[in-house]
Amino acid sequence: MMQELISLHIRTERLISFSWLVSTMVVLAACSPSESNVSLGNRTGVLYYGIGSEVQTLDPHVVSDTIAWEISGALFEGLIRHDPETMQPEPGVAQSWDISDDGMTVVFHLNPQARWSNGDSVTAEDFVWSWRRSLHPAMGNVLIDSMYPIKNAEPYSKGLIEDPEALGVRALGPHTLQVELENPTPHLFSLLDSPIAAPVHRPTIEAHGAPMARYTKWTRVENMVSNGPFRLAQWKMYRFLRVERSETYWDANNVALNAIVFKPVDSDTVEEKMFRAGQLHVTYQLPVTKIPAYKAVVDSPYVEAPLLGSYYYLFNIDRPPVDDIRVREALSLAIDRDLLVEKVLLGTERPSASMVPAGIPGYAAQQHAVFNPDRARELLAEAGYPDGAGWPGLELFYNTSENHRRIAVAAQQMWKEHLNLDIELTNQEWKVYLDTVDSRKFRMARMSWIGSFPGPGTFLDRFVTGGASNRIGFSSERYDELIQQIAPKAKSRDLRFDFMSEAEKIFMQEVPVIPLYNRNGKHLVQPSVQGYYPNILEYRNFKQVSLDPDAGVWQWPSEDE
Amino acid sequence: MWRFLTSRVLQSIPVILAVITVTFFLVRVAPGGPFSSEKAVMPEVKAALEAQYRLDLPLFQQYLAYLGDLAQGDLGPSFKYPGRDVNELIAAGLPVTAELGFYALLVAVIIGGLAGVLASLKPNTAQDYVPMTAAMIGICMPSFLLGPLLVLVFGIYLDWLPVSGWGDIPGDKLLPAITLGSAYAAYIARLSRAGMLEVMSQDYIRTARAKGLPEWQVVVKHALRGGLIPVVAFLGPAFAGLLAGSFVVETIFQIPGLGRFYVQAAFNRDYTMILGTTVFLSTLIVVFNLLSDILAAWMNPRLRAQFGDH
Repeated sequence: MMQELISLHIRTERLISFSWLVSTMVVLAACSPSESNVSLGNRTGVLYYGIGSEVQTLDPHVVSDTIAWEISGALFEGLIRHDPETMQPEPGVAQSWDISDDGMTVVFHLNPQARWSNGDSVTAEDFVWSWRRSLHPAMGNVLIDSMYPIKNAEPYSKGLIEDPEALGVRALGPHTLQVELENPTPHLFSLLDSPIAAPVHRPTIEAHGAPMARYTKWTRVENMVSNGPFRLAQWKMYRFLRVERSETYWDANNVALNAIVFKPVDSDTVEEKMFRAGQLHVTYQLPVTKIPAYKAVVDSPYVEAPLLGSYYYLFNIDRPPVDDIRVREALSLAIDRDLLVEKVLLGTERPSASMVPAGIPGYAAQQHAVFNPDRARELLAEAGYPDGAGWPGLELFYNTSENHRRIAVAAQQMWKEHLNLDIELTNQEWKVYLDTVDSRKFRMARMSWIGSFPGPGTFLDRFVTGGASNRIGFSSERYDELIQQIAPKAKSRDLRFDFMSEAEKIFMQEVPVIPLYNRNGKHLVQPSVQGYYPNILEYRNFKQVSLDPDAGVWQWPSEDE
Repeated sequence: MWRFLTSRVLQSIPVILAVITVTFFLVRVAPGGPFSSEKAVMPEVKAALEAQYRLDLPLFQQYLAYLGDLAQGDLGPSFKYPGRDVNELIAAGLPVTAELGFYALLVAVIIGGLAGVLASLKPNTAQDYVPMTAAMIGICMPSFLLGPLLVLVFGIYLDWLPVSGWGDIPGDKLLPAITLGSAYAAYIARLSRAGMLEVMSQDYIRTARAKGLPEWQVVVKHALRGGLIPVVAFLGPAFAGLLAGSFVVETIFQIPGLGRFYVQAAFNRDYTMILGTTVFLSTLIVVFNLLSDILAAWMNPRLRAQFGDH
């Protein structure tokens, strides 16, 4: 026993001295100065890029979030790319294309120099196989409906047509691809530049399991073969994801960056601190409360630009009291959107009363309601609730988040002040909330939407009768006809947009939603970053991004400057 | 000894099985599913997704299939991260949690040990009451209160330390380690005080003092060794507790460890990940408890005699 005690004594002593040693090392390591990521990156051509949360997957046909969308654009290249400044299409794998007179067929001439990262040639057959995979019902691709402009894509993706030959994509030669459409589609090139339409390397996928399986290991660093300007180099979950310039890429000489390090940082406060500490070139987000200070500094790194996104409250128009259009309109007219954005959102978003956000070139969004409390009171009285008398009560659902809460509280106050209505606020955890909204157990709820291509359809399509995301119960024959039949067959983009605008008007006249504001993209960008352009789709073309080695690291100006 | 071991291992199997069963059915009762999102998933797509993850089978068959996979050590694919399986997600999170646990333990040992020793030197004086009261508060104060308090003071008012993150900004590991370690520091303070008090009344301490050694040498060279034995015995179970109990701290400070994956899996309704983490953590706790029981039995001569080792 004594011996054991002695040996325990010795172990204790060792443990204590070891503990001191380790803690000293930890403190030293924490204090020692080292070159910041940004300074190092500027010298070596490595971009440090904040991406919010961890990327879910790198399989372009499974991707559904914006982060994976951006990374996918670095790793994979579709037929077309876009200039991020002008949003004009430019060659991707296709070096030229011919559009038939009726706009229903496009023939793409692929670049014979296009290569996979293992050196294989990218062929038309690769696209045919990839699109069949992407659209296959077993793939469970949640963005599948955006591919419906391709001929027979819809019935094929629903399993109604099993013959893949029926799909409107055909290889006319090793480097000639023919794409047939259901209707002339103005946003076709946007669609072709999305991950869903990206080619994937068939032998690699087949080597790691069934082609349609979601959980094979082909997207791992050691397995992945891609065809974009960058190839996957390292992926440490929740730490970072690193891509490096692909030497086999057909235009590798025009890719300025040597590597990009994508850094998942969930907290906007931490991201902002990391930016100030020179750890990131570009942030994914930043706290709203910090924005006024950033806006005020000279040579601000803050970049704010309109984004194709809407924030709104939706009604379940089948349930009283919001089944009465006068009640819905009164609630909408009682909201002072300018005040809401100015006070609650500190002017960082754009007040709006349209479903389709402003900013789509050539499209006139329908601004339905403007702030008019007198008219709102009249309507409410007509509906049988003069000055709130006899009001049966109404609750506003939102998913738990400080921002949503603040907006809801402001709206609640406006309804109380202008209409003398008591609106109850109910927050729910995200998935519970989605369940509430999907099963239509709500009367008024918060929602937001980000468009995936620069057209009004991305906002209006889902409100057709019986649409999966039509949670409000809106149904109009004319609306369905305009969205599903007339607009798609329009001869020109202008005509198409006119029909869409008519549809939006029909929709907004029913007031099934209260649009509050259009969203802005908000980022901090180091002065060394060149070729980074804000645009409504937050579309990034990393191929064009470069770093100025002489630009230095952005620093908060000192007080006396 | 072997009979004791075998019976303890056999006892832990139904415990783990019960945990799996309850968790398996409980997560399915929660509203919302792994594939619900702002953009409603089309019925055809949903059916395809459910088929890929066996969610189209009757619930009991899913349960049996899960147990079958589990028996082979396969925790299944993650719903949230297609292409990743739960085994590797746990493997990715565990080192971070272990690192945090290690630092927390370090904080606990240093602060707790120091406080306990100081208190024991002058029992029933202010030097005893102050650290022991602090220890009592430390034991009572939950980390979901202490964490935000520390963030408020050191992160926001004083702006000395980062408010969250892990290895991104220098110093960001300090607050989480203190938050997680403080409750354990309090336990260690009490343990080391008791241990030291007992040792300080021993004959050899009196001898050391009689030799004319300065008091600090008596404490550091002679008393400390014996006084900290109870603390050393506590470290094993404490570490298991730190690993399994760090999810609050990991969530407050956004640390990419196992605890955070656990919480996020619950938010994402990532069924396999919730189950996998639960199974892993409960097994860990059962194993560490078993180990500490064995250690306690081995250290207690009377129990040891019963096992027939003597």
